[in-house]
Amino acid sequence: MKRLNIITGHYGSGKTEFAINYALCLKQRFGKAVICDMDIVNPYFRTNDANALLTASGVKVIAPEYAGTNLDLPSLPCDVYSVFADKTAPAVLDVGGDEEGAVALGQYYPYIKNEDYEMFLVINAKRPDTSDADSIVKLAHEIQQSSRCRITALVNNTNLSYLSSPCDFDGTFELMEEVSKRLSVPLKYISGTAESLAGLKSEYDSIKFPLKLFMQLPFDALA
Amino acid sequence: MGNKILMKGNEALAEAAIRAGCRHFFGYPITPQTEVSAYMAKKMPKIGGTFLQAESEVSAINMVYGAGGAGVRVMTSSSSPGISLKQEGISYIAGADVPCVIVNIVRGGPGLGGIQPAQSDYFQATKGGGHGDYHLVVLAPSSIQEMVDLTSDAFDIGDKYRCPVMIMGDGMLGQMMEPVEFKDTDAESLPEKEWATSGTGMKRKKNIINSLFIEASELEDLVLERQKRYDAIIANEVRYEAIDTEEADIVLVAYGTTARIAKTAMAKAKEKGYKVGIIRPITLWPFPFEAFEKALSKNTNKTFLAVEMSMGQMVEDVRLAVNGRADVQFFGRTGGVVPTPNEILAKIEEIGGAK
Repeated sequence: MKRLNIITGHYGSGKTEFAINYALCLKQRFGKAVICDMDIVNPYFRTNDANALLTASGVKVIAPEYAGTNLDLPSLPCDVYSVFADKTAPAVLDVGGDEEGAVALGQYYPYIKNEDYEMFLVINAKRPDTSDADSIVKLAHEIQQSSRCRITALVNNTNLSYLSSPCDFDGTFELMEEVSKRLSVPLKYISGTAESLAGLKSEYDSIKFPLKLFMQLPFDALA
Repeated sequence: MGNKILMKGNEALAEAAIRAGCRHFFGYPITPQTEVSAYMAKKMPKIGGTFLQAESEVSAINMVYGAGGAGVRVMTSSSSPGISLKQEGISYIAGADVPCVIVNIVRGGPGLGGIQPAQSDYFQATKGGGHGDYHLVVLAPSSIQEMVDLTSDAFDIGDKYRCPVMIMGDGMLGQMMEPVEFKDTDAESLPEKEWATSGTGMKRKKNIINSLFIEASELEDLVLERQKRYDAIIANEVRYEAIDTEEADIVLVAYGTTARIAKTAMAKAKEKGYKVGIIRPITLWPFPFEAFEKALSKNTNKTFLAVEMSMGQMVEDVRLAVNGRADVQFFGRTGGVVPTPNEILAKIEEIGGAK
């Protein structure tokens, strides 16, 4: 695991769930972690929704001041720079969806480029716009272009939300292999709920990344 | 399971419209429905359709009026403040008997309000936001799959009865993701649009799309003829879901996102021993009065609890349906606040007494 971890992908790919879990994992391993909610596009279902839980778990949350409020303001707080200043704190940058969301990342490129960072492309092959290699590769190029950063790892986060099952991954490994080859970027994780991952072959054990889900719908029984 | 994909409500609705044959979309972006426009902007050029971001909601609805008058399947979408701006055009469209689909992904109001989910446009949608003797057919999905299915139905209903149809969702339905499946359905055989201004081909007299009729008796005749079509809609198109209403002591009445939250509360209440049922209106106009007749058919000793993300705008229709035969109560949150299952459960416990 690297210190600076940037999470990108198509909106609806499951970036935020992956980002939150990754931050919690960093915290567990290194004793501290910080997560930045850098989504300036979508005011619903975002990292800041899990702010209380993350803070209670010892993960520092940096989010747009007005995230989750009615003020639909596309701005990022100056605190984001602290991520690049304090190189002792493992960090996760949860970037907004698509190339539009990745624009917000671009302004930090002068700071990011000096570090050995990891930039994940989170892929959900059950999303219609990222269900084939051509569209995933196109999205990857668009995100790289608008953020000026390079994708360094792929995450296969294929899922159907609450209807997810192990068979959602059927056929996606061939897809990831092709994308990996065309982008020259390795598949680093297969992520999903423990139940979804349980059915996968043992050859994938080393790259399984089980997710605990944090984004709740209002009709979930626990809400 | 094989054909299921994961989609955001707004995207799924846009895709469903395209699959229903909509090739013309005119809109103006506003949270939380902007993805409808964004999806149309991306897809329409690829399939030979027209996406146009108008300079305002007022322009967009008048473009819909023109395109619908020419007989094509046309849609616009917005959220509450934008829908208010469209009201004049909607009244004109209704007055000229032009079919079209109008989507309102409701946010908190009044005024500019907020960007979080709400259901406080119920009066505007069902009681005529514009002027004159007219109705919108108002469809209220409560899942992304239902959004998809009702979008196709909305176009069919509009074409069949020559009227504007509204799909009313809320910010939660627009923004959340769920698995959906697009089914290949055989299009209902619909009447030819002989009235459309699609060119005479030098073979017929010209058609005129208009809502101005100075002669009072002529206007009255047109309103009466339109009323007959509304009567047919009331007879044929009422939709609702009813669960355990006849046996229930407490019948929840809720639509859209709120219905799903209410169902979670209902399950919890049943575990505690309360006899709870639910009526979920799918058509908000025409309102499903028959669901209440069925609920009251065995006994009237029950409470109807309207649950809404508003200050109780549907309560009037629930009271009309109950017509004094049973108790009617209300629980709601507003301003963009979404009620929780536990809040509704607490209200059920308050009505039902300790168990």
